Amino acid sequence: MKEKINPLRKYIRNGKLPHFFCPGCGCGQILSYFLRAVDDLQLDFKKIVTIGGVGCTARIPIYLNTDSLHGVHGRTLAWATGIKLYRPDLKVVIFAGDGDLVSIGGNHFLHAARRNLDVTVILVNNFNFAMTGGQVAPTTLLDSVTMTTPYGSKENPLDICELAVCAGATYASRWITAKPIQTIKAIKKALQHKGFSLVEILSQCPTNFGRYALKTGNPEKALEWIENKSILKIKAEKLSKNELKDKFVLGEFINKKRPIFQGTTLFKEEDN
Amino acid sequence: MTKNLKHENKRVNTGIHFMLGNYAVVEGALAAGCNYFAGYPITPANEISELMSKRLPEAGGIFVQGEDELFSIYSIIGASLAGAKVMTATASAGFNYMQEGIGYASAVEAPCVIVNVQRCRGENFATQADVMQMRWGASGDYESIVLAPSSAQELFDFTILAFNLAEEFRNPVIVMSETTIALMRERVEIPEKESIEIYKRMYTLLTPEKYLPFKAKINSPPEFAPMGKGYHTLYTLNYHNEDGTIDWDAQGYKKLYQRITGKIRENKNKICKTESYFLDDADAVIIAYGSEVRPALDAIEMARNDGIKIGMLKLITVWPIYENLIKEIAKNVKRVFALEMNIGKYAKEIGRICLPFCPVNHITKNEGIIHTKEEIYKAIKEDLS
Repeated sequence: MKEKINPLRKYIRNGKLPHFFCPGCGCGQILSYFLRAVDDLQLDFKKIVTIGGVGCTARIPIYLNTDSLHGVHGRTLAWATGIKLYRPDLKVVIFAGDGDLVSIGGNHFLHAARRNLDVTVILVNNFNFAMTGGQVAPTTLLDSVTMTTPYGSKENPLDICELAVCAGATYASRWITAKPIQTIKAIKKALQHKGFSLVEILSQCPTNFGRYALKTGNPEKALEWIENKSILKIKAEKLSKNELKDKFVLGEFINKKRPIFQGTTLFKEEDN
Repeated sequence: MTKNLKHENKRVNTGIHFMLGNYAVVEGALAAGCNYFAGYPITPANEISELMSKRLPEAGGIFVQGEDELFSIYSIIGASLAGAKVMTATASAGFNYMQEGIGYASAVEAPCVIVNVQRCRGENFATQADVMQMRWGASGDYESIVLAPSSAQELFDFTILAFNLAEEFRNPVIVMSETTIALMRERVEIPEKESIEIYKRMYTLLTPEKYLPFKAKINSPPEFAPMGKGYHTLYTLNYHNEDGTIDWDAQGYKKLYQRITGKIRENKNKICKTESYFLDDADAVIIAYGSEVRPALDAIEMARNDGIKIGMLKLITVWPIYENLIKEIAKNVKRVFALEMNIGKYAKEIGRICLPFCPVNHITKNEGIIHTKEEIYKAIKEDLS
């Protein structure tokens, strides 16, 4: 019998599977969603640069057969600016966790969105600092128990898509790992978008957020928890603020055109 | 990015100028081929960003003012890995933030030039207080290359040298400027474009299948592969194998950092530059760097008029420290004076090298102002008589 090989395997960096993500983690799914999107769009994989900072999500690029940068916490968008401005022909994709993107990297996030830097950010929001063992994050829900909030978190969580829209992002959508079709579609839209595009994917972390905040290490239960809290944007628009408390609104938050950031340059393409 | 003749012609500002030190840095960077610069406002380095924002686009490059110094350092590293010749400039407080990026650049061997115009804490007075931070300010094992100009002309010359060293050794190179020279106007002579030596980055000739991004000869940097051509290089801060992938291997880790530090430590004869003044018959020697060499030379003239046989070793390369040469000099004199504008930091390093052979005196001043020649002369005279 002929051995079947996953058609997406060609995009994986040589010999680097299996990946290091915990069983039941959403990062593996998101890795595959991204590759499905790239494959469907038939993008030139050589022209893609993937960037990860530090964290679980940040490790996605190390499995991809692309030019990649990895290993510094929160600075993904600063790297991306240098690469994109100098080499506009390359497509820059950032994989970041919630801590990486809006905690330590929050300032870069605001300004990259404000400038409309032409990159795609795939944000994996698992509501905690997972790689370090499950500490509270800017996205952790109120009253959640984590390794550093044993009495429950007393801080309001950040709505990252809303933040992106306020800061000036030109594409932002939120989906969940349990909805692969919509997520892949959103990634495709983001990859084709000219300007700052953000796809936030709410993802299960059974090992840390699951065990401490949800009191279950079962990935299915963690997925269910996210799905039960989710509501589509079109439905949410009819509800009051109070009714939407503790809900995750899914859908597209913005999709518009605006001039992209190129830095201060007098160099024009037609000069070539 | 392709080169364009219209822009390239504006790169080298040939001629004789009366120029601000900070501006000389910009002209040096442009002459060296800089095509990406990111900066964040900070006094006394602002003039570098200001002139860069005008001149760099003229020369076909890209200027960005970022949201903070972390942006500056990481965006230039990103651009460098994408193929650009890059620089950022800051002053002491901003240099603190950049340490993190310098650590990353050393680990992935990304060439970049960082100008640090040293200032006193929070105030723009003169100092050389960051000299140790420039060596090992970041976490992890690495070696820095640090150049210390002493005039506007040297700010121009050493900035070019910094770019060449950065590209040759694939390492961050720091131009250690000071308030004294950065904010002083002086004669600067910019040569013809053709007479400026530029080191061109080495790119691999291997195919992506055969290329290993971090395979290199002993004590040498590896060859670059261009981005976007299918070489799929992973630039990670973590320990990486020769193929760039993350792993843990104790012996491999040791070997990687032996090479990353060895390419600097074992190439000192190539990297280190000094200038000697009146050393032939000297009984005593001043070892100085940066703007302090200027009053030192005047003090030597005063001492020589008094019959004191003293000379000077001026360190152009502060890090790595040129141990062998300093040792040889210490063997042939009766006294070494370590001259510095801080609480006495580099002086300890000079002491470590010279003390087995001759006594070392520290002449330090930490008052936000450069030594006068009289102060140096007095310190020498008191000690030698």
